[in-house]
Amino acid sequence: MHELSVCQALISQVEELAQREMVQRVERVRVGIGPLSGVEPQLLQHAYPLAAAGTLAENSELEIENRPIRVHCPTCGKTSDANASRLLCAHCGDWQTTLVSGDELMLLQVEFIRETDNV
Amino acid sequence: MCDTCGCNMTHGNQHLLAPGGKLHKTGQGNEAVTVLKNLLSENDHIAVHNRQHFDRHGVLALNLMSSPGSGKTSLLEATIGSLGNRYRIAVIEGDLETENDAERIRRCGVEAIQITTGTACHLDAHMVHDALHRLNLDDIDILFIENVGNLVCPAGFDLGQHSNITLLSVTEGDDKPAKYPVMFRVAELVALTKVDLLPLLDDFDPERARENIRTLANAAPVLETSARQPETLQTWLQWLEDEIQQHRTHCENAETA
Ligand SMILES: Nc1nc2c(ncn2[C@@H]2O[C@H](COP(=O)(O)OP(=O)(O)O)[C@@H](O)[C@H]2O)c(=O)[nH]1
Ligand SMILES: [Mg+2]
Ligand SMILES: [Zn+2]
Ligand SMILES: [Zn+2]
Repeated sequence: MHELSVCQALISQVEELAQREMVQRVERVRVGIGPLSGVEPQLLQHAYPLAAAGTLAENSELEIENRPIRVHCPTCGKTSDANASRLLCAHCGDWQTTLVSGDELMLLQVEFIRETDNV
Repeated sequence: MCDTCGCNMTHGNQHLLAPGGKLHKTGQGNEAVTVLKNLLSENDHIAVHNRQHFDRHGVLALNLMSSPGSGKTSLLEATIGSLGNRYRIAVIEGDLETENDAERIRRCGVEAIQITTGTACHLDAHMVHDALHRLNLDDIDILFIENVGNLVCPAGFDLGQHSNITLLSVTEGDDKPAKYPVMFRVAELVALTKVDLLPLLDDFDPERARENIRTLANAAPVLETSARQPETLQTWLQWLEDEIQQHRTHCENAETA
């Protein structure tokens, strides 16, 4: 259920931006989500219209970019793909890796429509 | 403090920061703003604020997370029993409903603030901020925050704690770190609880649980504890004392800096 609170946080950031840019309507919102953020993209997608209703983002499209899990291995110096429950180095098998990407929960881009009849 | 700080920035996505918050035209002629901001940045900023409150008063704040019933409140009761005469302890209790856990803690002679979250499956930095202003931080050495029983959601929300402690009771199975990597990856200490029950279980291997945590690239200490057998709590209590000492040094250095 915390996807709804994440979505509400997202919408409030989007609205803040829309107000700053003085636009009337949000067309598309792009976020980047890694599996280790703890947020389920599908649940976020479902929660989005609910959170957007009645805001400047109403009827906008949520585009989710799934970020890959990548780890860096200080032992062999290489970077590799990994999965959420196995963050080992794919090259030498060492477990003491550091996460390079995969825990993101990021607002990437907001697209607006500006009504142009007055400038 | 920072509007587009990207609190969650990792090396892999830093290059995305380059365009900044500038407007540009898309292919369809719409306007677009490229931002790079953690969706939970508002929560994270309040968490930073909470941590400043704690540090200013020399309070060590620890966030306890686990499934419901893994033994968080029992571990706190036992800890208060052992350290309560040497350190000033307070507890923030998070639960969906009821004051039960706060009452259990108060019976140990320690101040407890209950947060009932209703439908929210986790504590957030806002709730903890409200609770900490009901405490006199000058009178506290260690503040335990018992999070809502849930192995999924609490891991996503920074509360301003100094360390995350995750409990896994031996009746839950040693594969849980692999099933809940988000939670177990961020733990600074894992306690395998209720080890008094190990003789009754033939399929929980503490070594395998430890391995599953290492597989998440987590080097955190993995302790075996039982609230029913005080002698098992020695390593846990020692860890706490070391944390308090380190935190005091950290706060003193910050003050003189
Ligand atoms: N056998 C055994 N039972 C325990 C232990 N710790 C807690 N329990 C029991 O587990 C149940 C849940 O404990 P509680 O501390 O309320 O868990 P919480 O929901 O994580 O706070 C209670 O019935 C406790 O008595 C332990 O170390 N050994
Ligand atoms: Mg409890
Ligand atoms: Zn390697
Ligand atoms: Zn405050």
